[in-house]
Amino acid sequence: MSGAAIEVALRLRRGDFLLDAAFAAPPGLTVLFGRSGSGKTSVVQAVAGLLRAEGRVAVGGEDWQGGGAWRPPHRRGVGYVFQDARLFPHMSVRRNLFYGARDGRPGGAGRVIEMLGIGHLMDRRPAGLSGGERSRVALGRALLSSPRVILADEPLAALDEARKAEILPFFERIRDEGEVPILYVSHNPAEVARLATTIVAMEDGRVTRVGPAEEVLADPAVTPLGVRAAGAFVTARLAAHEADGLSRLEAGGCPLWLPRVAGDPGAMLRVRIDAQDVMIALTRPEGISALNVLPAAVESVRAGDGPGALVRLATPAGPILARITRRSLDALGLAPGREVFAVLKAVSVAREAVSGF
Amino acid sequence: MTFLGPEEWAAVALSLRVAAVATLASLPLGLLVAHALARWRFPGRAALNALVHLPLILPPVVTGYLLLLAFGPRAPLGAGLEALGLPLAFRWTGAALASAIMAFPLMVRAMRLSIEAVDPGLEAAAATLGASRARVFLTVTLPLALPGVLAGAVLAFAKAMGEFGATITFVSNIPGETRTIPSAIWAFLQSPGGDGAALRLVAVSIGVAVAALALSEWLAQRLARRGSA
Repeated sequence: MSGAAIEVALRLRRGDFLLDAAFAAPPGLTVLFGRSGSGKTSVVQAVAGLLRAEGRVAVGGEDWQGGGAWRPPHRRGVGYVFQDARLFPHMSVRRNLFYGARDGRPGGAGRVIEMLGIGHLMDRRPAGLSGGERSRVALGRALLSSPRVILADEPLAALDEARKAEILPFFERIRDEGEVPILYVSHNPAEVARLATTIVAMEDGRVTRVGPAEEVLADPAVTPLGVRAAGAFVTARLAAHEADGLSRLEAGGCPLWLPRVAGDPGAMLRVRIDAQDVMIALTRPEGISALNVLPAAVESVRAGDGPGALVRLATPAGPILARITRRSLDALGLAPGREVFAVLKAVSVAREAVSGF
Repeated sequence: MTFLGPEEWAAVALSLRVAAVATLASLPLGLLVAHALARWRFPGRAALNALVHLPLILPPVVTGYLLLLAFGPRAPLGAGLEALGLPLAFRWTGAALASAIMAFPLMVRAMRLSIEAVDPGLEAAAATLGASRARVFLTVTLPLALPGVLAGAVLAFAKAMGEFGATITFVSNIPGETRTIPSAIWAFLQSPGGDGAALRLVAVSIGVAVAALALSEWLAQRLARRGSA
């Protein structure tokens, strides 16, 4: 055991489609990312035992299949959150919630129900719930079964933006409590950026990249989410909230001003900086409205097929990515080793791109 | 009974008993076969399907004669059951067996369709929540398929009430023992002056059929309301 929370090595042939996926994920939230048809859902179903694939599945150091053994789904202990909620229509919310609760009602039930804000729905039927309520009940039902792993297959895909914003924090909380590993299928870059601790990128049934979210998202050679989603994470300490509505953060000794973020001074935050929000200047710019200027060195350059290029910069705050045109790349003569300045508008950092640990 | 004579009443009571026993006794097997055909993939599935539907296609007299060959007093199976205290040939129990077999395809068909209509995703969700196959069936599949299951049972009951060909071939037409409503109507029509009795039994048959249909409709609506409330 290497401390991996989820270990998977699966093979499955279905007509023309071949799934051949292997990865090991540490505790936290692992996002399976890729286009539809890349095999993400098949991996999750195989982990749950709903799909009978060859190979090995181990969760928390316990083998669920492999070497000829195969444990049926009801003895695996997964908390599966389906995209379509799949609440039992003939049962009340209460009976749905406690359907998988082993030995009656686990002690944490009240806490889960309170966290999800579904206490007032207990005697309703699923047909009478809104989409967001259904998602919360489905998540609660999975949590109350005391799972060894939570499997979430695009749990937010059927929801509008407002409902997504309502559910996302619950996944963050479960991730941050750190007791149960989460395997989360998504093809939404914003969701991936916000939730993932580990990213498993998939393409045509194969795993193309596995790594910590910060590394994978900031690797210009991979950009598994597409160039528009490329971005880097910067770890910063919240220094102070200032009078004009900005918050001052410190990252690697550099100040960063962002529109007011939630949290108390001293808190550590994860800030996502999208590659397309970063400009590059050869000299420290003067008389410019952008507030954040970081000294940087070009680490690598990757020109795309189109007019764009992705530049990876080393800064005191950590690596960040800049997406610029190839014309600018040539005009500035950017090459690895070149000393430059990275310029970032304060307002371009979206509020939801900042999250606590 | 003033409306029905004693002989007619005996036929009605016997038919109700035969149909009730036939329906209740075949219900568990019907559910099992319907579930297997709807959800399981196993070798011989097509053969099982054909076997279940055979009584629907064979002439009823053939089914009755095959039953007589298998369960008659001189057949090993029939003799064995008789020794165990369950004689079938020329008894009302045989009438129940014959009508159960004739009604079985209808029962299984209705149940199978309603089980197939249950979202397999819900069954998968129940499995991930730790439910064994038996618990999934009892708590998810069966409750959701219940309207169709009841409809299948009512249909089987109505069919069992009216079964004639296989019954009369297998167990004959013995008043008080195997003379069900259809056999009685047939017998009355054979005797001069029996038209009145035959017509009264026809009325009872229609009444029972209509009541059964109304009952199944009412149950289905009640369940549908419960499901969506």
